[in-house]
Amino acid sequence: MTPASWPREEPLEERLLLIDPRTGVLADRRIDDLPLLLAPGDLLVVNDAATLPASLHGHSAAGAPIELRLAGPADERDEWAAVVFGDGDHRTPTEHRPAPPPLAPGDAIDLGEDLRASVASVAPLSPRLVRIRFDRAGASLWQALYRRGRPVQYAYVRAPLRLWHVQTGYASRPWAVEPPSAGRPLRWSLLARLRARGVELASVTHAAGLSSTGDPAIDRALPLPERYDVPAATVRAVEATRARGGRVVAVGTSVVRALETVAAGAPLAGITHLRIGPEHQLRALDAILTGMHEPGSSHHDLMHAFAPAALLEAAHTHAVRHDYLAHEFGDSTLIYRSS
Amino acid sequence: MFRTALITGASRGLGAALARALARRGTRVALVARGRAALEAVVADIRADGGEAHAIVADVADKNAVHGIAGAAAALVGPIELLVQNASALGPVPLRPLLDTDCEDLEQALQVNVVGPFRLGKIVAGAMALHGGGTIVHVSSDAAVEAYPEWGAYSASKAAFDHLGRIWARELETAGVRFLIVDPGEMNTRMHADAIPSADPATLADPRDVAAKVCALLDRGLPTGTRVAASANGAPG
Repeated sequence: MTPASWPREEPLEERLLLIDPRTGVLADRRIDDLPLLLAPGDLLVVNDAATLPASLHGHSAAGAPIELRLAGPADERDEWAAVVFGDGDHRTPTEHRPAPPPLAPGDAIDLGEDLRASVASVAPLSPRLVRIRFDRAGASLWQALYRRGRPVQYAYVRAPLRLWHVQTGYASRPWAVEPPSAGRPLRWSLLARLRARGVELASVTHAAGLSSTGDPAIDRALPLPERYDVPAATVRAVEATRARGGRVVAVGTSVVRALETVAAGAPLAGITHLRIGPEHQLRALDAILTGMHEPGSSHHDLMHAFAPAALLEAAHTHAVRHDYLAHEFGDSTLIYRSS
Repeated sequence: MFRTALITGASRGLGAALARALARRGTRVALVARGRAALEAVVADIRADGGEAHAIVADVADKNAVHGIAGAAAALVGPIELLVQNASALGPVPLRPLLDTDCEDLEQALQVNVVGPFRLGKIVAGAMALHGGGTIVHVSSDAAVEAYPEWGAYSASKAAFDHLGRIWARELETAGVRFLIVDPGEMNTRMHADAIPSADPATLADPRDVAAKVCALLDRGLPTGTRVAASANGAPG
């Protein structure tokens, strides 16, 4: 599938591939058709995490260039997980980026102007997955991150991104290090039409993480543990929807991860390690609205919880043949669950 | 009672007084202004008084700063329940007729008084509309309504700012986001001294008294889109 290289000017024009495992139907629709595809009494759950500009350029104490991509706050409050890249930037595909200098606990990383970090630990999984501590906290840290950071972006995106390009229309706390992009085409005019039709709206906050690092060991482990917060009101809305026979529709894989974590009995807020693939039995969700994902990615694995592999394969072939665009600025798909 | 608030123009005058008053009532406040020293002094005061406050040094007219303002605020105090759009620019001083006002001066007033608040309001109101509640206060002026000669840049921008609030009020009424347009009246502030240097401060309201009135107004359950006077020397409304 061809990746979309830039946000569409008119998101409502974005295409939507409807995948219905109950009938085996694949149908070409538009995001703008969503009010017709959902019914009164359905519940749409979005991820309201704002996107943090999580890419930080700097250098090691010896002067070697480093890019840090924050993967999210770690369990300990003042540590952050981060993936380290060597020389270059987002214009080079991640898998072709030179390795960073080896880092050890205590090593300093100078992130320019007024921001510094030190390595707290290196993961056994990969020397490029580290935990760092910044030299400041609170308002001073958040302001420095927004000043020095840029949105994480990939080589298929044709120009540097600003947060204006990636933020959803309802973003709140800046927990996501990559945009929860399934919600990006949901303009308020569309949300108003959905509400007018009787579709309810609820939210979770989920720290959507990095979707690709170019390091095979890390990529196999994606998604990394992510922080989530499901409001009690959302849990009640999910229960009420199911009780009345409505469908609960997740907007994005991050919402699936948060709601399924809580549905499995975990606390309403915390860090989730849940990985969702073909063997996962969905407890909270009836459908997912998400982007066009490439087979082999963790996002695509998650789609197997909703639909059988053969249908997803047919859907991918259909999407390629009909020029659907992939990734965060690409087209969308709505997948009902098999049963 | 708001658990969280974001207040712009919070290093002096009404913004600082409102921040103190809200923090005293238990609201966690994120404060925005361009001047670090003055802003951090307000934050230190509030903390010394037992409140929670954070200083976000930024220019509300800077398009590239506004996600940082909203994001840092939400990260520090939680989802924003009250936004006070108080930062304001008077335009060229001494005040002058429109025919003597440079185009760039009008643009600057529009940037600070309309476009900047539009950007910040857009981000914060979107989150509020999703969560089904929140209050956004536009701090206005009687210059938004009356056509005072020599106040052109300020006046025109404040009129646009008022109308922005009224339209948002209509558009977001069913989403539960409430907009209030508050005219604080003449206060003893630096902006007033810049505008009318000859004014006798003794005849002007103390921003602290006006802040108390604004807090009382916030509790009154006024319908969205209401424009209300908060003059300290009279009954509000």
